[in-house]
Amino acid sequence: MECCNKRRMMKESPESNFMNRRGSSCFPDEVLERVIGMLKSRKDRSSVSLVCKEWYNAERWSRRNVFIGNCYSVSPEILTRRFPNIRSVTLKGKPRFSDFNLVPANWGADIHFWLVVFAEKYPFLEELRLKRMTVTDESLKFLARSFPNFKAISLQNCDGFSTDGLAAIAADCKNLTELDIQENVIDDKNDNWLTCFPESFTSLEVLNFSILHNDVNFDALEKLVTRCKSLKTLKLNKSITLEQLQRLLFRAPQLCELGTGSFSQELTTQQYTELEGAFSNCKNLNTLSGLWVVTPQYLPVLYPACANLTFLNFSYAPLDSDDIAKLLVHCANIRRLWVVDTIEDKGLEAVGTHCPLLEELRVFPADPFAEGDARGVTDSGFIAVSQGCRNLHYVLYFCRHMTNAAVATVVQNCPDFTHFRLCIMNPGQPDYRTSEPMDEAFGAVVKTCSKLQRLAISGLLTDLTFEYIGKYAKNLETLSVAFAGSSDWGMQCVLEGCPKLRKLEIRDCPFGNAALLSGLEKYESMRSLWMSDCKVTMNGCRLLAKEMPRLNVEVIKEDGSDDSQAERVYVYRSVAGPRRDAPPFVLTL
Amino acid sequence: MATSASAYENDIKNLKATELTLGLPGTHLQENIPIIDQEKSSASSSSNKRPLQLPHEETSPAQDCGSKCSNIAKNTDDDAAPPPSKAKIVGWPPIRSYRKNSLQEQSEAAGGIYVKVSMDGAPYLRKIDLKIYGGYPQLLKSLENMFKLTIGEYSEKEGYKGSDYAPTYEDKDGDWMLVGDVPWDMFVTSCKRLRIMKGSEARGLGCAV
Repeated sequence: MECCNKRRMMKESPESNFMNRRGSSCFPDEVLERVIGMLKSRKDRSSVSLVCKEWYNAERWSRRNVFIGNCYSVSPEILTRRFPNIRSVTLKGKPRFSDFNLVPANWGADIHFWLVVFAEKYPFLEELRLKRMTVTDESLKFLARSFPNFKAISLQNCDGFSTDGLAAIAADCKNLTELDIQENVIDDKNDNWLTCFPESFTSLEVLNFSILHNDVNFDALEKLVTRCKSLKTLKLNKSITLEQLQRLLFRAPQLCELGTGSFSQELTTQQYTELEGAFSNCKNLNTLSGLWVVTPQYLPVLYPACANLTFLNFSYAPLDSDDIAKLLVHCANIRRLWVVDTIEDKGLEAVGTHCPLLEELRVFPADPFAEGDARGVTDSGFIAVSQGCRNLHYVLYFCRHMTNAAVATVVQNCPDFTHFRLCIMNPGQPDYRTSEPMDEAFGAVVKTCSKLQRLAISGLLTDLTFEYIGKYAKNLETLSVAFAGSSDWGMQCVLEGCPKLRKLEIRDCPFGNAALLSGLEKYESMRSLWMSDCKVTMNGCRLLAKEMPRLNVEVIKEDGSDDSQAERVYVYRSVAGPRRDAPPFVLTL
Repeated sequence: MATSASAYENDIKNLKATELTLGLPGTHLQENIPIIDQEKSSASSSSNKRPLQLPHEETSPAQDCGSKCSNIAKNTDDDAAPPPSKAKIVGWPPIRSYRKNSLQEQSEAAGGIYVKVSMDGAPYLRKIDLKIYGGYPQLLKSLENMFKLTIGEYSEKEGYKGSDYAPTYEDKDGDWMLVGDVPWDMFVTSCKRLRIMKGSEARGLGCAV
């Protein structure tokens, strides 16, 4: 069904356009739009829009997707004025540290007033992807009513809604292809939202409800899976049993991405064989996740499906080293692997041995608050992976201690890191062999990995780390810092040295006003700056706000705190001016 | 006189080492009362709620870093206090609440610390949950029942006397240790797997090295 695009009035005939040599374009607008319309990359579109007025217009009329990394950097009015034909919107809201409880509730990033504007300006909206936004049931109901062509909704790390909202989507979005609910704070009312999909509804391709705690109506689920022949992604929650999983797989052998339910149930031999058969029938499976609670004896049913897997997300499945090793033997094609540190170094050695094509590794801690000699992964596991997996370019590694030498070895083995996120869980932890700071570790990373885009540092770190970053990390876009540095000089090095820096988030570091103000020229080229529990004062923030009127300088004030200190500072560029919806505890300077 | 004074000093040191405190061992403490004062107020050690600053030797190796790094932190920035323990810091380690809660639920639900038990000569291994035992006697009894054998009495000097079997375990460092040498709680957290050794190998373990 072709939707009517808004067209501007053609003031001139196509012929006169062609004769118009004043602009750089000799083509009629329709042609220019068609050509530019083929550009998919945001960066390319941005460049194109800067060439001349004709190209700017062709780009804005032909654009269908828009990505807004900070929902407060622009207003829905400005957005809809510039881009009249949008079909897909991606919005990110709260600062990332809100994931770790550093941003109070009711801070903002509510989707509702965006939806109200979209309902009027983008009635043919098809996709909405939100991250760290507040979404209420009212908003979801409004969405379901307002957009007859709506196809895909993806909510990641959002809060404010319940299964009532999901029911509204299920009931009213007749063309829905994607319902993807990830890691949200959701009120699971244990009701039958799945039954709200009408009998005639068959278009679903992606269904992810893995975060729900309660049972879902299995009968409704099975019927839904049966009639949606295009279903490619199915991610179940932990209430789904192995027996139920087998029945679903029987109905949907075409699945490409599967998130299992709990992997622990008393199975008869017959049931075990059936389950194994179901998995071997899934020839298109490339992504596997879930498991939750695992009875290791049943893991072998997965083996037939492992050969084609490229992404294995066992980050909610605490397996031990033996179990993971036996499984990985079958997983030679793995590109992305997420695991819990219960696999220990021995498990990581198995990764290095069996998964030579690995590109991304994330190791999460099973017991982050354990004191003393807790288990987990160490420097030797890290080295083992780097030796076997030379294509590794993304790592997120939680450990209790590390050595400079190990990190240097890792980046020597894998110099192509684009994302290096090392979290040494004891704050201020030095190299445990030499007792020195971890400066040389991150020095090695930035010196060796010229493609580095994202870096998260930890451990005992002095200003030297930041000197290294400023000097060598010329492609760095995102930097996360905690409990590090010795003086303002550190932060200054980064602000002055990293030309591509877009996001800087800092907590608990001795950086004060001098550091904050050294970035005056820089912040307008960045998406945002977050500083919490540093040494910045209200006066420093006020000065920044005064000097840079196009930045929003916000301070989150806690009750009973010292009035002169600015404990949590969030600075971001915006064309929308100061927030109109700021709660009382957010002071805009 | 001198010997009784040093003996008394020793007693105070030991007393302080076992005293309950609010801070981690090795964290910088504000009060630093010299021993001489303690001698004067002889019976009043209990009135002093804050312990003495513990000397480095008394901290475990894992904590050595803690006290050292707090010194480094102080040298580089006079205003910085040593980092507080993990449990008191908001949002650290940086793990999303959903993941934290999920793994916590699982460990509570799963509950057990399951380790494999092998016995020399047996065709297959078993698995037991160390958490359900209160101490060594219950564990050994359970092993005896499981494998239909007698393990004998534990003695520090001679290992397990009066039987052909010795229960051993592999610890986190990969070493094979005799079951019973370390306190039960330490054993539970460091035991990775159990092996019941038999025959001459078993007897060899028990002898003084």
